[in-house]
Amino acid sequence: MLLEVKNLRTYFRTTKGILKAVDDVSFSLDRGEALGIVGESGCGKTTCALSIAKMLPKEGYIEGGEVLLNGKDLARLSEKEIRSHRWKDVSIVFQGAMNALNPVMTVGKQIAEAIELHDKLDRAAAMQKAADMLELVDIPKDRIDRYPHEFSGGMKQRVMIAMALACNSKVVIGDEPTTALDVMIQAQILELLEKLRQQMDMGLILITHDLSILSETCDRIAVMYAGKIVETGTAEDIFEHARHPYTQRLTACFPDISAKKIIPEGIEGFPPNLIQPPKGCRFHPRCQHAIERCRQDDPAMVWLAKEHQAACHLVEMPHE
Amino acid sequence: MNNIRASLRKREFIEFCSQVYHNKMAFAGTIILFFFILMAVLGPLIVPFDVLDFGAAGDVLQPPSQGHLLGTDDMGRDVLAYLVSGSRVSLLVGSLATALSMVVGTVIGIVAGYSGKAIDNILMRLTDFFLVIPWLPLMMVLAAVLGTSIWNIIIVIGMTSWAGTARVVRAQTLSVREQQFVERTISIGADSRHIMLRHILPNVFPLIFANTILVAAIAITSETTLSFLGLGDPTTASWGMMLHYAFEAGATSQGAYWFFLPPGMCVVAVVLAFTFIGYAFDEILNPKLRQR
Repeated sequence: MLLEVKNLRTYFRTTKGILKAVDDVSFSLDRGEALGIVGESGCGKTTCALSIAKMLPKEGYIEGGEVLLNGKDLARLSEKEIRSHRWKDVSIVFQGAMNALNPVMTVGKQIAEAIELHDKLDRAAAMQKAADMLELVDIPKDRIDRYPHEFSGGMKQRVMIAMALACNSKVVIGDEPTTALDVMIQAQILELLEKLRQQMDMGLILITHDLSILSETCDRIAVMYAGKIVETGTAEDIFEHARHPYTQRLTACFPDISAKKIIPEGIEGFPPNLIQPPKGCRFHPRCQHAIERCRQDDPAMVWLAKEHQAACHLVEMPHE
Repeated sequence: MNNIRASLRKREFIEFCSQVYHNKMAFAGTIILFFFILMAVLGPLIVPFDVLDFGAAGDVLQPPSQGHLLGTDDMGRDVLAYLVSGSRVSLLVGSLATALSMVVGTVIGIVAGYSGKAIDNILMRLTDFFLVIPWLPLMMVLAAVLGTSIWNIIIVIGMTSWAGTARVVRAQTLSVREQQFVERTISIGADSRHIMLRHILPNVFPLIFANTILVAAIAITSETTLSFLGLGDPTTASWGMMLHYAFEAGATSQGAYWFFLPPGMCVVAVVLAFTFIGYAFDEILNPKLRQR
């Protein structure tokens, strides 16, 4: 197993108290595998991914759990120790590529920056590699001396991908890599990520609130709600045989183009306050099927199939 | 590929020059400054410097004439020669003190803004101290304690004029620090030093540049002030020293305008040139202020 996250808990200190952004989350990732993490805004999916590289804002800290990368616990490393692992082992494709590039530095230098830091190459060799990386993401080599404003949004995102792959990192985290792009470019970027994942045999974690982009790209999907993973499984498990009421409602939000009913239902209510999460199952205030037990006990993950797990009291019952 | 880049750079530079040319303030400022730089560099070739020797002294306090275009001072030295040699000292002190002030202000501003917390607090309280303390008495005390040499004057001016720059740079650093590319640079495994040098500094550079021009004007006035008050280096001839000697010799009451007017005018002209350039660059580099 390349990456194993075990019982990860990431909290934030706020003026109103401790905010449990990620509460007891476990998942794993193999070489060449793609894992999708999906959920509403604020459910902890980005925090979860950033915890892997310890890239948390200063209010955030890892309260407990392990992040094992090839057996080494990254969560326990100091700020200084983690530096050599960043980008070499875990790299991130950030959300808005337009803001993740320094406007006064050429694109080539920004790609070469990471290579120089980790691979101990000199400037010329690093630039040469940066040019190769640009070519890998289908950007002509001669654009290497250009500034970010001379690129389109899709090209900038491809530059970010080139950057993420420049040090051959084992795990690449895509934090909503396609959110700011139009559908055509979205498809291109996803295709590119898919191609490179197979080519370079890297583990890919794709974070998004858009379930539809995961179905094509990911081997496995984890659905998060209020800081917890509520259901994980293969794309088929999640889309065809969802067992958790939240996942069911989420998949129902995507209109079926062959069906007559076009308007998606949506889910009433709001995600809970994570400083004082509701007792029992965190989804129960919004759940149509909630029973008395849901208000009292926090459900544990239950195996449903080879890869399929869900955390709901209802799935344990003989009927659905 | 590099040729395209180079020609693009060249075109941008020509465009910038044409903007400077068409902006009246920038044009006037550049010409005045250029004139004084030329005077400082070529001075010794045009004006015979040995007139500064007391041995070559002519008649005392002579009004302008054929032999002495700007007359002579109270020791019979040629005022024009003195003025030209003064321009070298004044510009040297002005530029070196400005450079020192910029380096100190930039380092303190970036480190304070990027580090935050205790370091920020300590550095900013230090900055506040230098901001609120009356700078003239401080400079006078420092100059008196360190002794009167041209290098001490440079250090004193540099050390008392960085506070404003530090404040401005810190404010901009606070804003740049929150940009996502800084987060990205942390995520590639860079340390703070790398981020401050490679990412923050280039982004605050326009501000530093704008400040440089304003501080240069202040540095030159400060040098003149210190010298006039008798805290300058008596072995070097600067405009401030000229004014000091003119005052001591009672040039004003004797009506020897050729002795005190030229150095005064020169200081005013250089300071004005820097101010013009400062304003004009703000206009050129900030398109919002550009006139149609």
